[in-house]
Amino acid sequence: MAAKLTLGPILFHWDADAKRDFYARIADESPIDTVYLGEVVCSKRTPFFDSHLPEVVERLERGGKTVVFSSLTEVVLNRERKMTTDLCVAGDHNIEINNAAGLIATKGRPHRIGPMMNVYNEETMVHLAGHGANHFSLPPELPGTVVELMAQRARPLDVAIEVQAFGRVPLAISARCFHARAHRRSKDECQFVCGKDPDGLTLTTLENERFLVINGVQTLSHGYLNLAAEIEDLLARGVTHVRLMPHRTDMVAVSTIFADRLAGRSTGAEAMSRLAALGIGPFINGFWHGIAGHQYHDARGPVVA
Amino acid sequence: MLRAAVDAGADAVYCGFQNATNARNFTGLNFTSEELHSSVAYAHAHGAKVLLALNSFASAGRFPLWKEAADCGARIGVDAFIVADIGVAAYIAHHHPHCRLHLSVQAGASSPEAINFYCREFGIRRAVLPRILTIPEIRQLKAEIPCEIETFVFGNHGLMVEGRCSLTNYAVGISTNMDGACSPPSKVRYDRDSAGAVIASLGSHVIDRFAPDEQAGYPTICKGRYCTAARPEPFYAFEEPISLNLMEMLPALAAVGVDALKIEGRQRSRAYVGNVVGGFRKAIDAVAAGRAPDLIDLLALTEGQKQTQGAFMTKKWR
Repeated sequence: MAAKLTLGPILFHWDADAKRDFYARIADESPIDTVYLGEVVCSKRTPFFDSHLPEVVERLERGGKTVVFSSLTEVVLNRERKMTTDLCVAGDHNIEINNAAGLIATKGRPHRIGPMMNVYNEETMVHLAGHGANHFSLPPELPGTVVELMAQRARPLDVAIEVQAFGRVPLAISARCFHARAHRRSKDECQFVCGKDPDGLTLTTLENERFLVINGVQTLSHGYLNLAAEIEDLLARGVTHVRLMPHRTDMVAVSTIFADRLAGRSTGAEAMSRLAALGIGPFINGFWHGIAGHQYHDARGPVVA
Repeated sequence: MLRAAVDAGADAVYCGFQNATNARNFTGLNFTSEELHSSVAYAHAHGAKVLLALNSFASAGRFPLWKEAADCGARIGVDAFIVADIGVAAYIAHHHPHCRLHLSVQAGASSPEAINFYCREFGIRRAVLPRILTIPEIRQLKAEIPCEIETFVFGNHGLMVEGRCSLTNYAVGISTNMDGACSPPSKVRYDRDSAGAVIASLGSHVIDRFAPDEQAGYPTICKGRYCTAARPEPFYAFEEPISLNLMEMLPALAAVGVDALKIEGRQRSRAYVGNVVGGFRKAIDAVAAGRAPDLIDLLALTEGQKQTQGAFMTKKWR
């Protein structure tokens, strides 16, 4: 089976028009198979886009995309509990669960497990598969060697293995809003200041290293994960779905570059130069190679210990 | 250290093995199986319990290490296992069904639904709550779950969701979840610049810079100072280095049904453990006897010499 290309949920607070236009292009022009929708970072943001969802779903499905609804990562407040339970109980849509609060509600209904669910080993995968999980997006910090062991066990279970291959990497989530804090506000008085930074707000160290990016309550890598040169390795290790994370760059171009790689129409070097030409970066891939995540390990060069 | 805590009046002490199976995998801490054996004997002889922390995440290929740790703990007779990984919880529930399981804060379970999932699946008997809930939220949560609850009362004031943080792995290639170490000492460096300031780094990343008259802190990524376009002067982008101290709130915690109070003791000195545990022992006994707790001054022991009641009072800190 050829690996499929997926588009993860938009992590940043884009306004409704920007999201609608973005998904219209994805629906009409991109080679993506599956699109994950929904707010996974901050429950305060959800009212802005909820009313547009039916139209976006219809457009994506018309474009031949499979649509999956992703649940919130952090579930504490009553409204977050309700959002999670409502998503996981009702309807026959595809769901991806990002917090254990969603697991109690599924009652055997088929579902996907998101990258924030901490599935680090086969035993966890087997347990969750026993309750209806049929697709696992693994934590981005897992090295390829571990992903391979997970994929070996996934095959007889007939469950899918998905790995993020493009975009800033989610590294931490908090109950506090760091975006509001940077603007000397509290979360309750945030005025959605995170919307000013559609790819996140960069934190630099005191020696001017661009280190991390904050996105509301979330912290991400400053570098863009890019496994375009590792596609053969991903496939050889048993990855069935390759996830791209939305950014304000030309995501139709990004998805086309990755689709060409998956189809064997281009080399890693070609893909890397096409991605670099989009003006994004720096690129990182350390986690996949089992080294510090902020690093870029060039597979063609000497092995980094 | 375990003995210092038992002698100072702790009802139960957490410990772990000298490997990645617990979230405090640091040189000089933790136990061999022989040490655990004698420590359990000491604790039991003094009426205290020993809780074995197996609360890191076993990455595929390394699961046998967690199994061995669980089997060893069961053989020695620890009083409970504290776990975060679903696979590890499933293993213990299946192979050691008579053992008590506690849910670590590393599991990131911060709602009744999440805790109920772990209770239903693995028979969890106690959940350690994240440090982000207010007293009324704890009361509501307690009413909706079938297990005991434990809250932090003294130590780190952490605001990142625990068990969901890869910052250390991103910075230096050692994973907090998989290797059990956040900001490992082997990657910490202190340098002094020409002006006499101390620069604290983790791997190749500068985490903070301390003026000559400032006390230099440990370079933990979420406690460092950074700059942004929105706020160009260095500031604590995530949180201030500050300690949680809930001694004044003990009556309120007791009133909402908190079953156990947790003091962070590992990576600390024997004197710290003795003082903090002894102070809380007296305060808890006073509350239990209906008296106002005699608040002792623990400020000198706290990180950065500042303390807070954190999230437990209000939501303003968010």
